[in-house]
Amino acid sequence: MSEKVLMKGNEAIAEGALLAGCRHYFGYPITPQTEIAAYMAKRMPKVDGVFLQAESEVASINMVIGASAAGKRAMTSSSSPGVALKSEGLSYLAGCDLPAVVVNIQRGGPGLGGIQPSQADYFHATKGGAHGDFHMLVLAPNSVQEMLDYTYKAFDLADQYRITAMILGDGILGQMMEPIDISPKEPAKLPPKDWALTGTRGERKPNIVNSLYLNPEDLEALNFQRFERYRQIEEKETLHETYRTEDAEIVVVAYGAASRIAKNAIDLAREGGVKAGLLRPITLWPFPKKPLRELADKVKAFVVAELSMGQMVEDVRLSTESLRPVYLSAHTGGVVTTPEEILEHIKQAAAN
Amino acid sequence: MEGTENARITIFAGHFGSGKTNLAINYALWLKERYEEVLLCDLDIVNPYFRTADARDKLQKKGVELISSRFANTNVDAPALPAETRQIFDRPDAVSVVDLGGDDRGALALGRYAKPLREGNEYEMLLVVNPYRPLTGTKDDLDEIVHEIEAASRIAFTGIVNNANLGPETTLGDIEDCLSFIRESSQRLKLPLKMTSIRRALLAEKGEELQRIHQMGEVFPIDLFEKSSWKL
Repeated sequence: MSEKVLMKGNEAIAEGALLAGCRHYFGYPITPQTEIAAYMAKRMPKVDGVFLQAESEVASINMVIGASAAGKRAMTSSSSPGVALKSEGLSYLAGCDLPAVVVNIQRGGPGLGGIQPSQADYFHATKGGAHGDFHMLVLAPNSVQEMLDYTYKAFDLADQYRITAMILGDGILGQMMEPIDISPKEPAKLPPKDWALTGTRGERKPNIVNSLYLNPEDLEALNFQRFERYRQIEEKETLHETYRTEDAEIVVVAYGAASRIAKNAIDLAREGGVKAGLLRPITLWPFPKKPLRELADKVKAFVVAELSMGQMVEDVRLSTESLRPVYLSAHTGGVVTTPEEILEHIKQAAAN
Repeated sequence: MEGTENARITIFAGHFGSGKTNLAINYALWLKERYEEVLLCDLDIVNPYFRTADARDKLQKKGVELISSRFANTNVDAPALPAETRQIFDRPDAVSVVDLGGDDRGALALGRYAKPLREGNEYEMLLVVNPYRPLTGTKDDLDEIVHEIEAASRIAFTGIVNNANLGPETTLGDIEDCLSFIRESSQRLKLPLKMTSIRRALLAEKGEELQRIHQMGEVFPIDLFEKSSWKL
């Protein structure tokens, strides 16, 4: 039989985590990410792992904090309103410099919103996600294979930089099925977790995992240290890809499922004689500022296509220093944009 | 599939994501070419995303009556069963197709109809198998699914459908690769292989491919009903 498996995006995330050696999953069901929990519930007992359906989102993120502090690879997942509930824990993970992987399969909002696909948690994911000075490393896959690959990578990045890596997907990516390769990957070389609470056996000083500092100078020094690490992440880990940008006059910027729809729009535009291209950020934080700034010298305008009311558009304006017009093609609340709609924006941008 | 016997009520059950909804839609349309009154009953209480209601227009045009939760494809994430489900028993002249949700959780919805189904003895429950789906490709996986679904629905399976596929990329070879697993499973579980579904685009009319298709036994040509609003 073929090595390929037909998987849902949500299942691929769970399988990616298992391949990465995650044996501690704490979650809570919510559409459209429930298959992650369902898959973990079936698979974890078979690999001697822990699947725990917590009593709440807050409980599940705090269980991740506990497992991570003990040096284990831990994950939780939810969808928009559920991730908002986890916010406090996200800040504590950062304050404790604990690695973790958190998945958000976004749905329409605000409030309880709806269960259909959305990208309206861009601000929440990339601008901190909770109180305090911190960042999460945000990865935005756009296929079922990437749901697996980037979840796997998220664990390595989280351990490397002692940071929370977030997989920011949406209902389309979570629910769609594609054939993928799930063979094991080469393990990365990572620093030892010599900070973990594993018991001293009387042989070393106790490790402390904590986010409370009564002396402001100590806290500032720690934050400076953390931001030095963030700077390194921005330098080394920023990911993006481009499509037909070489001679493009109009560049569409889109991530996740929207980037696939945008790709179709670009092909349509090219057929109609408009030189369009795509820049797809893969990491949303750090944001691919440099390639965008470089494109700003060459193109006529940008079109940002997002399933939200204009969130990533702000980062595109900042990255391009507003040297060129940046237009927005937006849908929200669970309504999914079409290639034809993005095409209209491309045409307008070209005509202006 | 010409000449194949079919029961008055056909239930498609199986693993989550095995392709039950797509098969049920295709089967209902196939039945409609042979019977006056065809009902397609959506009892999926598991997945609010992919529903028979996605094919509502096509079904309506062909005259298949769709019984589906009024909340299907809306933002109401409620596992509500349509009251009209009783019609599959109350209308003896109609043939019905029942689309169950995945796994034992999905099969639970059938439990409340187990008694009239067993007493009426006019049903068949088909195990839809796609070995390319995770947690379905081994003997143990499949035995577990069968056991769990039969316990939850309180109905016994009567046959297997080979729905081996990798989505739109599926080749004839991909389907052939699964045949021995499906045939072994059919023998072990004592469930006859009712049909192998193949996308219409893969069906050849002559030559070597036709030979290969003939060797698969009963072939059921299907179309792929995708969520059309996502133009990925």
